[in-house]
Amino acid sequence: MAKLDAEKVNVYYGDHHIIKDVNLSIQENTVTAFIGPSGCGKSTFLRLLNRMNDYIENFKKTGDILIDGGDIYDKKVRVEDLRKRVGMVFQKPNPFPKSIYENVVYGLRIQGIKDKSKLDAVVENSLKKVALWGEVKDKLQQSALALSGGQQQRLCIARTLAVEPTIILMDEPASALDPISSAKIEDLISELKENFTIIIVTHNMQQASRVSDKTAFFYLGELVEFGDTDQIFTKPVKELTQNYITGRFG
Amino acid sequence: MRNKKEKIIETILMLCAAVSVLTTIGILWVLLSESSSFFSKVSLKDFLTDTEWTPLFAEKHFGILPLIAGTMLTTFIAIVIALPTGLSIAIYLNEYAPKKFRKVVKPLLEVLAAIPTVVYGYFALMVVTPFLQKFIPDMAGFNALSPGIVMGIMIIPIISSLSEDALYSVPKALREASYGMGATRLQTAFKVLVPAATSGITVSIILAISRAIGETMIVAIAAGQQPRLTLNPLVPIETITTYIVQVSLGDVVQGSLEYQTIFAAGIALFALTFVLNNISYFIKKKFQEKYE
Ligand SMILES: Nc1ncnc2c1ncn2[C@@H]1O[C@H](COP(=O)(O)OP(=O)(O)O)[C@@H](O)[C@H]1O
Ligand SMILES: [Mg+2]
Repeated sequence: MAKLDAEKVNVYYGDHHIIKDVNLSIQENTVTAFIGPSGCGKSTFLRLLNRMNDYIENFKKTGDILIDGGDIYDKKVRVEDLRKRVGMVFQKPNPFPKSIYENVVYGLRIQGIKDKSKLDAVVENSLKKVALWGEVKDKLQQSALALSGGQQQRLCIARTLAVEPTIILMDEPASALDPISSAKIEDLISELKENFTIIIVTHNMQQASRVSDKTAFFYLGELVEFGDTDQIFTKPVKELTQNYITGRFG
Repeated sequence: MRNKKEKIIETILMLCAAVSVLTTIGILWVLLSESSSFFSKVSLKDFLTDTEWTPLFAEKHFGILPLIAGTMLTTFIAIVIALPTGLSIAIYLNEYAPKKFRKVVKPLLEVLAAIPTVVYGYFALMVVTPFLQKFIPDMAGFNALSPGIVMGIMIIPIISSLSEDALYSVPKALREASYGMGATRLQTAFKVLVPAATSGITVSIILAISRAIGETMIVAIAAGQQPRLTLNPLVPIETITTYIVQVSLGDVVQGSLEYQTIFAAGIALFALTFVLNNISYFIKKKFQEKYE
């Protein structure tokens, strides 16, 4: 069974038809890249998967999105529970204006977990997973805002890992970072794949080809082509895909 | 031609600015000079430590403490009412209310601050006090409680409106980070938005306190005119502002010591609000750049 299934998904913002009839199936423990020109609906589609679009006025969706076989838009689903299973990392690092420690445990605190030794363990574990522990272990009580952009982004990933999601959504997670920090995030993605299903939106074609197993090419709200990353980048089936990856537009 | 016009407009604008600065200096000058002759007759120590204020009686005492206590008591009651209500309204408007509702309700609330205070004063005296007396039989007709409550209602929009602005300006990215972690709206409001908007909220509270301290009509009408060093909200008291009104309306001789007491009281009032305004200015400055 697929980890995630989108079936005939359409999204409208008011009269604007943003996502058009998208069918997509994603397997567990894979990295899927969403590519396509700006404004084609990558972020909109990604944010469907943790229901982040729910707050937008005039937002309307048809079709179904299933995770582990269950419809995530079902009335019985608590959106808060869904988001614990489907974590999200944003384009610009957005740590809370709190200490490094409090950033990592935020998700646990809101679940009402108070046990200090448990929280300490989660902080250490999560920060180790994002290779940040060595850099910050002596200043956990300092403000997260004092970290560099790359460190902040890794902290945001650690914060997401702390609640043990099974899927992690990343919306251009490295686009606001310098090349070295960006490379670190890419390494991290390859490691996390062992335990998580990752979906990443990216503008950067090289990045997509480096980190992902599967690639989905969106254009004007349609999923033009979806397949193995190797195949998409070497011998795409559609001419539109070919034009895009060779940089003829976008 | 055009240049000349610009020059004239510039001069007019400068004059306007100058007028307001000069007015402030003038007020300060009068306050200081009148009260300096007061303090040549009454020691600063007596003024600050004597526990009675009876300048109009045969046996005169000039301790400002009872008036400050009265001012603080009514202000405290007002804030106890206005802070939780104002903050709840701000959070509701910001996190829960549909955009359209927010657009309509915010200006409506601000109308509360535009009602003439004399109306509030009589509302406190004729409606709130009799109503409260049903539950608290030994409450006096003049007291700190009911004008305090009414003043609290009056300053709700100061807190709700400015706090809502502060919450509104918390970056969307922080909100999304919180939702993305599985937080509810309420958790997001209290764990992320309110802490991130602390400086703005604090400034709104300080402005509300300043407004309550300076409020005159409501307390003059409903709190009484009996300077009393007490924290009991059920008995008549007197605030600094009420005292100033009382003496100004009375027939004390200009230049007499009794007359000068209002400037001494004025200085005390000025000092209180001046300190508060500076704290709020400092907080604004200090935290302004943090999230930009
Ligand atoms: N809140 C919104 N309301 C209306 N239209 C929106 C909103 N957000 C995005 N859009 C539109 O939806 C389209 C897809 O946007 P988006 O998913 O952000 O594209 P991408 O991430 O691929 O650059 C764009 O045309 C954009 O203008
Ligand atoms: Mg986008």
